[in-house]
Amino acid sequence: MSFNNILQSIFSALFVASVLRISTPIILPALGGLVSDLSGAINIALEGTMLVAAFTGVVVSAYTESVLLGVIAGILSGLLVAAILGVFHLHLKTDIILAGIAINIMATGGTIFLLYVLTGDKGNSSSLASGSMPFIDIPLIKDIPFLGTAFSGHNILVYVSFLLTWLLAVFLYRTRLGVHLRAVGENAEAAASVGINVLLVRWIALLMSGFFASLGGLNMSMAYLTLFQRDMTAGRGFIALAAVYLGGRKPWGVLIAAIIFGAFDALSNQLGSLDVAPQLVQVIPYVATIVALVVYNIRQKAVALERMRSFQEHELTAQQAVGD
Amino acid sequence: MTPVIEMRNIVKMYSNGVVANKGINFSVERGEIHALVGENGAGKSTLMKILYGLEQPTEGELLLDGKTVEFKSPQEAIANGIGMVHQNFMLVPSFTVAENVVLGAEPLGKGGMLDTKQALQVTADLSKQYGLRVDADAVLDSINVGMRQRVEILKMLYRGAQILILDEPTAVLTPQETQELFVAVRALVDQGKTVVFITHKLREVKEISDRVTVMRDGKLIGTQNTADTTTEDMARMMVGREVFLNVNKAPQNRGDKVMEVQNLSYVSEVGRVMLRNVSFNVYAGEVLGIAGVEGNGQTELVEVLTGLRPAASGDAMVHGKVVTSKTPREVRMAGVAHIPEDRLTNGLALDASIEENLIVDRYFDPPFRKGLMIDRKMVLKQGQDLIEEFNIRTPNGQLPVTSLSGGNMQKVIVAREFSSNPKVLIASQPTRGIDVGATEFIRDQLVQKRTDGAAVLLISADLLEVMSLSDRIIAVYEGEITGVFPDAASVSEEELGLYMLGVKRQSFEEMEAYL
Ligand SMILES: Nc1ncnc2c1ncn2[C@@H]1O[C@H](COP(=O)(O)OP(=O)(O)OP(=O)(O)O)[C@@H](O)[C@H]1O
Ligand SMILES: [Mg+2]
Repeated sequence: MSFNNILQSIFSALFVASVLRISTPIILPALGGLVSDLSGAINIALEGTMLVAAFTGVVVSAYTESVLLGVIAGILSGLLVAAILGVFHLHLKTDIILAGIAINIMATGGTIFLLYVLTGDKGNSSSLASGSMPFIDIPLIKDIPFLGTAFSGHNILVYVSFLLTWLLAVFLYRTRLGVHLRAVGENAEAAASVGINVLLVRWIALLMSGFFASLGGLNMSMAYLTLFQRDMTAGRGFIALAAVYLGGRKPWGVLIAAIIFGAFDALSNQLGSLDVAPQLVQVIPYVATIVALVVYNIRQKAVALERMRSFQEHELTAQQAVGD
Repeated sequence: MTPVIEMRNIVKMYSNGVVANKGINFSVERGEIHALVGENGAGKSTLMKILYGLEQPTEGELLLDGKTVEFKSPQEAIANGIGMVHQNFMLVPSFTVAENVVLGAEPLGKGGMLDTKQALQVTADLSKQYGLRVDADAVLDSINVGMRQRVEILKMLYRGAQILILDEPTAVLTPQETQELFVAVRALVDQGKTVVFITHKLREVKEISDRVTVMRDGKLIGTQNTADTTTEDMARMMVGREVFLNVNKAPQNRGDKVMEVQNLSYVSEVGRVMLRNVSFNVYAGEVLGIAGVEGNGQTELVEVLTGLRPAASGDAMVHGKVVTSKTPREVRMAGVAHIPEDRLTNGLALDASIEENLIVDRYFDPPFRKGLMIDRKMVLKQGQDLIEEFNIRTPNGQLPVTSLSGGNMQKVIVAREFSSNPKVLIASQPTRGIDVGATEFIRDQLVQKRTDGAAVLLISADLLEVMSLSDRIIAVYEGEITGVFPDAASVSEEELGLYMLGVKRQSFEEMEAYL
């Protein structure tokens, strides 16, 4: 395939569709990361939470033959993981990073172990018949040539992730609890001094982040794929955390950052046919993040230098004027 | 008349064993301004935190209008009309003024969403009613300390506080802001509120309060009508001995030039010129005082001189060695010690212990470094020595520095900086928030350092402090030197004030010989 072909495929409706599809399991945990980060406790167990929810969803939906029950079970399992983190961090006062790492490791091993117990396979759950969440055709739009392919016919979670971004923005900036959550994250002592229950708010934030992460996990195993594979989240929980910061810790910013990561991921799929190693392309968003931070820093220094220079120039001409 | 507040036999023991209140009987009448004074660590904040429900008394009872009450949390105190403004502000930096005022009790509009307009309106109304000037829609990060304080007071008024506890509200204010606050406090009392006012400045006690209560070492020494007592009496009650509010200075023995500042300028992040071509020298054996209304470049001057900010142009040298645009460590190695104006941000590592804070400027050299490690024994010993020498009130040096009272935290900084044997000592607001006893001690030490031959640069918003300690004074206004007074003793407060406000100005030729 030539370079031109690749360009063509990038500017196609299918590519846009694939970006949306690939971004969703980053957007959802990123929203979860945002909530917990704003409340002052960064949830690095997003990855493990996703894995557990992905696994639970598949198993329950296979055994009950009900997609709904699978999804509910998946969400509950995500909340449970968040609750475990909450007990360790908020009550037993362990470091949240350490507790989060422990949960991630346990999730990786635990899901493989249970997978083996249930199916006798350590790799994937193809022997279990999991259900899939519905795919949605948007009336009218689906019949428009480019837009239809790009934006219609996605899994319901793709649309849900946009809806949740909007809801989260409203929640964080327009509701009491949301404002309290941000206040707790910035100055817990100040929040406590005006009667905000800091512990309760942190609990709510952690559980919310568990909820978002579990949707991300279910998106992996009960939408485009309908099976569980070992380590199938492949670091998306961590990419989500990067998206929280790249997105400036604001809901819409985080959404865009997650889509940027998703777009590079989609791009690397396209380039698979070219002679470029896909890993190289996948690295682009991270390199871009680092470059952005470095540039930002250099720019600030340059601005400071420029300030000094203009001041000195200005002073010198002023002094010369006096001298004349 | 039953007092509006009565605290009976209050005992408070903290979990680390410190008994901060030892059987206190304290009462406040409705409609009065009641000053509460006492040394650092006397237990003033603790007593007020108990009243505000932040701490639970170990023993004793609390009566409100004659009825026994118990506050398990600040909410219960607030519900009963008691509000407290803390020594350290309790505000959310990224929120607006209005958002901070209504935080925790936000007005709701339709559909249970926040009503931002209403919040702005309420804030503006309260601000008008009590004469507490604020910009309701400004982000907190962008407003100055004086306004932040008013936000804190508005926060309490919004919650319907009838009794306001102000914990050292003037410690961070300029004289002008203090006057503005006093006007507001009087307005509050005129409108039926009661105010309890903690301060270390006895002049303020005289100026604003109706009655004054003195505490010492966890005990209440006495309550008096302010009119019936003098500042000397109060000082004696606080410290338990005679206090000399005037410093005794040995005659000056001025030595060589130690620090040389040449044409120093600094431009702030937003492009404002904060220092413009400032030149002066500091000599061994002198205290050079910088007099100026806060915000006229003093903070920037100190931070440039100590390596915390880069200079825009010009140089500063210590014994001929350039120290501008060097790292703080390099500046310190050149012999400069620094007591920063904001002790919580720049003076202390809040998560570290007291003894660690006492050696953070020297842990990397022997005797505190042994091989690649820190010699814990030496650190312990140094900690014990300095705690004793500087009378830092704490059971032991391994406790976190945050367990200290505000004034004792300052003593930790002073102990560290004074014990580093500096050639140049830059002291910025060294006695802010410090009790009279400790203030006397710190001032004596400053003068002692100067008599021993150090060059001391003193920056203080307290004009009397600058005038009584300095040998030579420089007045600054809007980042420029407006006057220099080679003999500090012969200049009057009024005269200095005119230079600080930029009304009078000496020409460069007049100043040149004395800078
Ligand atoms: N949370 C705490 N835990 C342990 N000890 C404490 C705590 N808060 C205060 N203390 C100790 O209790 C004593 C009284 O402190 P308090 O803050 O009431 O003093 P203060 O009179 O307000 O002093 P300052 O004028 O310096 O603010 C001090 O010895 C202090 O170290
Ligand atoms: Mg105090």
